[in-house]
Amino acid sequence: MDSDDLIDTLRRIGIEYGGVAGTVLPTRPDVIIMRAGSVVVKAHAPGAEREPLVERMRATAHPALRQIMLQPVTEEVITAGDRLVTVWPAGTPVNPADPDAAPWEAAARLLARLHAVPARTLPPLREAGGPGRVATTVARLGDRSAAELAVRRAFSCLPSPSAGPGGLTHGDWHMGQMVRAPDEWILIDNDDLGVGDQAWDLSRPAAWFAAGLLEPQVWHRFLDAYRAAGGTAVPPDGDPWERLEIPAQAMTIQLAAAAVSTAGRAGRPLDEVEEILVEACLRIIRHRSACHAVPTQ
Amino acid sequence: MQCPKCRGAMRTYERNGVHIDQCESCRGIFLDYGELETLTRMESQWSQQSHAAPPPPPPPVHGAPGYGAPAWGAPHHGHYGHHRQRSWVGMLFST
Ligand SMILES: [Zn+2]
Repeated sequence: MDSDDLIDTLRRIGIEYGGVAGTVLPTRPDVIIMRAGSVVVKAHAPGAEREPLVERMRATAHPALRQIMLQPVTEEVITAGDRLVTVWPAGTPVNPADPDAAPWEAAARLLARLHAVPARTLPPLREAGGPGRVATTVARLGDRSAAELAVRRAFSCLPSPSAGPGGLTHGDWHMGQMVRAPDEWILIDNDDLGVGDQAWDLSRPAAWFAAGLLEPQVWHRFLDAYRAAGGTAVPPDGDPWERLEIPAQAMTIQLAAAAVSTAGRAGRPLDEVEEILVEACLRIIRHRSACHAVPTQ
Repeated sequence: MQCPKCRGAMRTYERNGVHIDQCESCRGIFLDYGELETLTRMESQWSQQSHAAPPPPPPPVHGAPGYGAPAWGAPHHGHYGHHRQRSWVGMLFST
């Protein structure tokens, strides 16, 4: 099925569930989102597996996640050629043009509530998708420039992911993963939902803060709201970094790898934000004592 | 020589006079931190700019608790002047 056929199929699904012919909304390149009246039709990334998505749809539709994760219009996973398609109520995303108005406290409370849902109350879920993405993002990186070497070296410093007990985890949280539907903020995107280290859901803001990109005030608003809402990924008081350190370092490396790859593909030097991420990788290397052990010839 | 992570075979190559050990199976890179710094200084495209100017004084942190920042965090208090830059806002909102 070529992309025109896929769009036609999504439009047909949009008419069926939303009553009007839809329009494609901008999103990440591997996913297609079509808005059709009161619904959005989502074509998941190529290569997404059916059975795990069926399980995640079942879990997402469970009443325990009401008012935490957006409930689908239908649990059904529709097949359109080689793509999997799901249907969701339309919501209003966080406005990227006004990052100062981003709802950090609401995000923290939603994550805390998600983390409080015992995974055993939901239909069974697999491992959350977050940690695996670090390795795949680094694997796509080149190994020629100093920036590429620094990111790869930092990745070599990370301890192998340990399979701990873990709990319910969104797996890919960032500010694009919430909508107002209709009035309250709610989490969206179950592509990485699963069981894993819940600290992973705090790893992006933690990494941004550690790199010096996110204002300390904003980070503490987020962390304090998460703790006040009973969030279990970090201890209720004291130093949160014992739990956050590895996920935040891994996320820093993932963000740096993605940034260096993007700049490389575009054939341009790193911008300031990208440089800041590579510098954070250098600090991770310096910090991790495991890195000081250099194999001898 | 074996890779300390995956036990794969390591090969050594030279870049700008710096010896770099790379694992042939996991492509992991192993080199001294000092060597890496030498290399990054030579490729000044991203190191020069950021090390040249002294960091601005940290802004007062409003009610920040004692646990502050991790040891490997940014040494000075950030680059918030860039917080409206497109790549930062893009990162805030994307996978
Ligand atoms: Zn290896």
